[in-house]
Amino acid sequence: MTTILRLQELSKAFGALTVADAMSYEVQQGEALGVIGPNGAGKTSMFNLITGTLKSNSGVIEFSGQNVTKWSAAKRSHAGIARSFQVPQPFSGMTVFENAMIAATQSAGMHGHQAENFCLEILDQTELLPKANVLAGSLTLLERKRLELTRALCAKPKLLLLDEIAGGLTEAECKSLVQTIKDIHASGVTIIWIEHVVHALLAVVDRLIVIDFGKKIAEGEPQAIMESAEVKEIYLGIEADA
Amino acid sequence: MEWLNPIVQGTLLGGLYALFAAGLSLIFGVMRLVNIAHGDLIVLAAYLGLTVTTATGMHPMAALVIVVPAMALIGYALQRGLLNQTLGDDILPPLLVTFGVSVIIQNGLLEVYTADPQTLNAGALETASVAVGGVTLGILPLLTFGIAIAVIWGLQWTFYHTSLGRAFRAVSDNQDIAQLMGLNRRHIFGLAMALALGVTAVAGILLGIRTSFDPSIGGGRLIFGFEAVIIGGLGNLWGTLIGGVILGVAQTIGAKIDPGWQVLAGHIAFLVILAVRPNGLFPRVSG
Repeated sequence: MTTILRLQELSKAFGALTVADAMSYEVQQGEALGVIGPNGAGKTSMFNLITGTLKSNSGVIEFSGQNVTKWSAAKRSHAGIARSFQVPQPFSGMTVFENAMIAATQSAGMHGHQAENFCLEILDQTELLPKANVLAGSLTLLERKRLELTRALCAKPKLLLLDEIAGGLTEAECKSLVQTIKDIHASGVTIIWIEHVVHALLAVVDRLIVIDFGKKIAEGEPQAIMESAEVKEIYLGIEADA
Repeated sequence: MEWLNPIVQGTLLGGLYALFAAGLSLIFGVMRLVNIAHGDLIVLAAYLGLTVTTATGMHPMAALVIVVPAMALIGYALQRGLLNQTLGDDILPPLLVTFGVSVIIQNGLLEVYTADPQTLNAGALETASVAVGGVTLGILPLLTFGIAIAVIWGLQWTFYHTSLGRAFRAVSDNQDIAQLMGLNRRHIFGLAMALALGVTAVAGILLGIRTSFDPSIGGGRLIFGFEAVIIGGLGNLWGTLIGGVILGVAQTIGAKIDPGWQVLAGHIAFLVILAVRPNGLFPRVSG
């Protein structure tokens, strides 16, 4: 197995607020890694650091064997890192198909009919094909989440970052989305998935890490992690209060 | 019949104003930049046309082959080298910097070309005309109007049917997400400014053939361009053409009543529309 992503001692603070505290872990090619932790633990900030929208204060990010710590978000996108947002952020004045085409032409560097056919395939896979010519701003929540996934996939990612993509969906919607994500994972895409809907997460991931106050506090096989005392106290304890 | 003539002439004049405005509208639409130097860039294009025609003896319309790419290059360099650095959450820095660019261009032109009024000599094209139903139409204004329609159609097509246009709209919609999709915002902005100044080059040459120009007239062209954009509604290029036509007709009707009222009548029409429809006549419906 080859390592696709390696974080080494990655740290980021906004004044007194630490969102990443000497974070280190590795993700193997083809793996699906789950990330859990209480709200405000720094999970989304970690994604922002990996995609390059946030710059770290110290530490190193390696992707596919290259040090990408100083790369721009656009360059990392070309290299094969794509993400979905917890709060969907489509180009709302453009159609679903055009949203997909931006990722396929700009990020994956495809052209013409090749790009169009690829986008249609992905839209079919994410079940948005019937909505291809609808303005993205008029989609429902599930459709917006699927568009986030579509756009990320149209970028032909080597590493796909999913940020609470199952949150806010009904049970049935969640089930069909999990199946789509399983298919994507089966096609060989490496996934890091932040999720509060734990049963959806556990249906897909091979390994879990737990983050609190910007620190990785546990890492390992999903069932073992969920049953560990640390997780029950920090993560599930807060969950029960909420 | 007495009023038909100014209305027709004003409509054709509107084509020129729409060309002044199209670049302004494009830049504002893509990067929310209000380019105060736009009028001076139109005048700069006219002077570049003058240099090319005097150096080579080319017809001013043929000189477009050189002036359009030259202005596009200037646009790309200006955007990458200067204006990109001013863009951010605050709209004041780009306003101040483009105002500075305006002053620099005016004084640079004054230094190189002096304050003497110049024209581009287009020969027979300047005076040729056709009579249609009792109204005499100049070939040049007709050509200008036709070019305006072609340019706006071309820009619309670029925006909605090309990969570059999609990139423009994506960056305009959400810059941060566009970056994550692999779009280099700085490069896209550079291309938008290049396209805008390419259109500006066309406007400058047509202006130079139609009237005499000197380094100080940029401000007035900027105002006409702004008025056309705002009458038509921000972000709507066909609206900009109609805005230009309304402004042109108001001016020619004003001039018909009293020759001194030409410019004033245009401003009054603008103020009335701004008072009645603050978003312009055809504002873009946001998605």
